[in-house]
Amino acid sequence: MSDYNVLIVEDSPTMRQLIAFALKRIRGVRIVEANDGVDGLKKLSSERFDLILTDINMPIMDGLKLVSLVRNDANYKAIPIVVITTEGAQEDRERALALGANDYITKPIQPTKILDVAKNLLRIV
Amino acid sequence: MQKDDERLVHSRGEEFLQVFKKGAEFTQELLRENERLRFRLLELEKSQGPGDATPVAEVKRLSERIADLEQEKQEILDRIRHVEEENQDFAARYLEIEDENNNLANLYIASYQLHSTLDFKEVLQIITEIIINLIGAEEFAIMLLDEKSDELQAVSTEGIDRSEIPSFRLGKGIIGTVAESGENHFASDFDNYERDFSAPMVCIPLKIKEHVIGVLAIYKLLMQKKEFAAVDYELFTLLAGHAATAIFSSRLYSDSERKLSTIQGFIDLLTK
Repeated sequence: MSDYNVLIVEDSPTMRQLIAFALKRIRGVRIVEANDGVDGLKKLSSERFDLILTDINMPIMDGLKLVSLVRNDANYKAIPIVVITTEGAQEDRERALALGANDYITKPIQPTKILDVAKNLLRIV
Repeated sequence: MQKDDERLVHSRGEEFLQVFKKGAEFTQELLRENERLRFRLLELEKSQGPGDATPVAEVKRLSERIADLEQEKQEILDRIRHVEEENQDFAARYLEIEDENNNLANLYIASYQLHSTLDFKEVLQIITEIIINLIGAEEFAIMLLDEKSDELQAVSTEGIDRSEIPSFRLGKGIIGTVAESGENHFASDFDNYERDFSAPMVCIPLKIKEHVIGVLAIYKLLMQKKEFAAVDYELFTLLAGHAATAIFSSRLYSDSERKLSTIQGFIDLLTK
């Protein structure tokens, strides 16, 4: 039985693996991967998650749309969301946070940063 | 008159004798008191026993003990300082190892992904993802060497149109020189670098052992990536090696698949 269920929504398998590898250092974490926003929503409907990490630029449904849909759904709105993206501009960050993201991580990937943000949102000391 | 004088002398004599007697009595009293105190002192010394120290000796002993404890305290403080210094060293080393571990994990995933397919286009896509996600480049080109014409041509680009990148001759310009020498090139001043397709910000040879099959030319970094960290230079070289092998294998596989298909077609033509 895992302590934390984490959903990674990202179209690049390499990125998914990089994020998953960083998160696996948290004891008791179980990771579920989704290819895009629609796949992410499908997985959200079938099980409970403690944290969502999502990319912005994805086919079919992008990350910002996913954030907005999750925040407007009473069943999921309490789940913390972290946006991971190449967009480093302040306005992109503000937009994501305004839509309801809890944190914003820019690429290139830094495993320690992902780990710190995830631990903070999962309230792991 | 004479009688008066004699009487005076006599009374003075009497007074002197009285005073002398009192002095003698007082002296005897003092001697007795002295004797009594000596006796009392002896009694006290006896009651304390032979091992007990006198107050002066006790003070001396306690002073020595305090000095010993002070020295011990100083030694403990020195040891604490030493342990704290060691602790800081360990903390710094721990962070270094954490970083190393993260880099190795990233490298493992990158190489695993690169060698997970034999499809040429997929390999190029994976290289692109790795360069964006791990290196933090925004505009770059993957250029391969055509060994027949000795020219380097872009086979994949990110952030730039592929048609914008001209081809470069082996040994000519920065790109050609990197492909010929197999040595990395980094622009001297990243901050003031202006995009020039013939002079990339970073140019890394794609090498299989000493055989260069192409180069990776970077023209722009992501806006949040201000500069390269020391580890990036190592990552470049290691990733370039894996990328080269993956490109080479996938091309070889595609060629053999094509040849197989041609031979199969030829056999079919002869037998059917």
